[in-house]
Amino acid sequence: MAEANVPKELLYTEEHEWVEKTGDDEIKVGITDYAQGELSDVVFVELPDVGASFSRMEAFGTIEAVKAVSELYSPAAGEVTEVNDKLADDPAAVNRDPYGDGWMIKLKLQDPSELDSLLSPEGYSELIAD
Amino acid sequence: MKEKNPKRTDSPLIFERSRPGRRGTAVPEPDVPTRPLEELLPKAMMRKEPPSLPEVSENEVVRHFTEISLMNHHVDRGFYPLGSCTMKYNPKVNEQTARLPGLADLHPFQPTSAVQGALRLMWELGEMLKEIVGMDEITLQPAAGAQGELVGALLFRAYHTAQGDPRKKIIIPDSAHGTNPATVRMAGYEVVTLKSNEEGRMDPGALESALGEDVAGVMLTNPNTLGKFESDVEEIARLVHEAGGLMYMDGANLNALIGVARPGDLGYDIVHLNLHKTFSTPHGGGGPGAGPVAVKEHLAPYLPLPILTRAGDGGYALDWERPESIGKVHGFWGNFGVLVRAYTYIRMLGRDGMRRTGMAAVLNNAYMSARLEGTYSLPYGRGMHESVFSGSFLKEHGVRTLDVAKRLLDFGVHAPTVYFPLIVPEAIMAEPTETETKDELDRFCEAMLQIAEEAKADPEFVKNAPYSTPVRRLDEALANRRPNVRYRPEGSD
Repeated sequence: MAEANVPKELLYTEEHEWVEKTGDDEIKVGITDYAQGELSDVVFVELPDVGASFSRMEAFGTIEAVKAVSELYSPAAGEVTEVNDKLADDPAAVNRDPYGDGWMIKLKLQDPSELDSLLSPEGYSELIAD
Repeated sequence: MKEKNPKRTDSPLIFERSRPGRRGTAVPEPDVPTRPLEELLPKAMMRKEPPSLPEVSENEVVRHFTEISLMNHHVDRGFYPLGSCTMKYNPKVNEQTARLPGLADLHPFQPTSAVQGALRLMWELGEMLKEIVGMDEITLQPAAGAQGELVGALLFRAYHTAQGDPRKKIIIPDSAHGTNPATVRMAGYEVVTLKSNEEGRMDPGALESALGEDVAGVMLTNPNTLGKFESDVEEIARLVHEAGGLMYMDGANLNALIGVARPGDLGYDIVHLNLHKTFSTPHGGGGPGAGPVAVKEHLAPYLPLPILTRAGDGGYALDWERPESIGKVHGFWGNFGVLVRAYTYIRMLGRDGMRRTGMAAVLNNAYMSARLEGTYSLPYGRGMHESVFSGSFLKEHGVRTLDVAKRLLDFGVHAPTVYFPLIVPEAIMAEPTETETKDELDRFCEAMLQIAEEAKADPEFVKNAPYSTPVRRLDEALANRRPNVRYRPEGSD
């Protein structure tokens, strides 16, 4: 089976979300290639409304695949500024392109220093190695 | 052209067999004066046109349903090791008693004086179940396990509210069945998930730090979803009770304990029983089931209405005078036909038979696990009545647990539960039950071992299975997203 892709420019949570810094206090969030592979075919993605606030590692949504339903965790505390509405009609984008079209939410951070506690690409690669 | 198998493999729908005017029965002319429907029914209730029902003869109906029953896999056709579901054989004597006219033809509006026999059956079933689980009172109403759980969570709330101390959280281990957290949320509680220890059990130390004044109690399946007996359950119950909480046992896996250990003796306050698992009633297509809930004395006032009682003179009555009850949870008195089957099962087996049932269920699983564990790993070790294997070792060949499950269908075996519990990667949860012979267990184990060999030698072969089923691999994502389960005649929308 192909190795899961772990892009070097992103940060990661232990719950398999990826984080892209898109500004000083803004991030983009999705789930990793490894996570989509483990979940298999994604059927539904339930995302929050713009304006909703979450604390660090609070569930911001759910993802349902053929074999299991999982929660999606907010990598840091913040307010949702944008959600990927396209996933409602095309949840398979999470499988096809987890780091691109499969992105989920953008968050305005309360405290950007919270990102320091996330996993590096190396740290995450280690986590998913058996 | 010669065709080796000219039989149609896609069974037509009953609607597609329909031909205008074809009938299966001849209804005699009425021998009483008739009146136009318009005089008998309110105008708003009259149909404008007849319903579009299939028009078929009797033998077409019989052939149709016989044929589709053969397209399905069921416990009368073959082995069904669906872990956590206890798919034991459903004895046919249960069907015989459930069809006795004196039971089958009752109407729920009959006065209690006219249904004393049925009430007696329910009361005796309740007494037997109470003895089996070591509890003081019982309701037979809940329609299934998940509804039993909901009743349990509502009892938590009723109890704590009556103490003037409504609490907010319920603790559940991470091995739990998904209905546990779902139920807790539905009852308005917050879920606290507790990580299992390395043995796959609840850790009393971890529990102690999670307990507090806000915790209404703990839901703990026993043996748990990994099939492991929660050996610290007495210590766990002590800690929970000390913190003012209640202990709920999800009885999904009671088959492993039956006749050997009683939840009431282990420190639980509430337990639900799945009659469609442990007590051999059919699972049906999602129902009807029955999930009676038994409780200790201190929770009895809150049980659903009505409670069945026996008076001094031996008469049976329905007690509605329970002001603290959580109310009614099912139409009339529950799924009575299911209760008749469970009653029959227990009476046929007797006390000794029930005990041997539980022991044989554990023995069968020990045998199956011993045969498979050299090939399929058991990350948390053997379970009691079921074991959770991992298919991870096949990943290097590009084969996953789902593929193993699909290939098993070619052996005439229903797939085990897969990808659950979530704490075992590529989980394969198999539960043989006590009703299978050693020959059948051997056939299953040999199929599992053969599939592992096939996966290594020719991964593509396994990934394209099944080959012998009426349909092959389905687009499960599409089936989940846009299920199309309703027949619409051509031309309609």
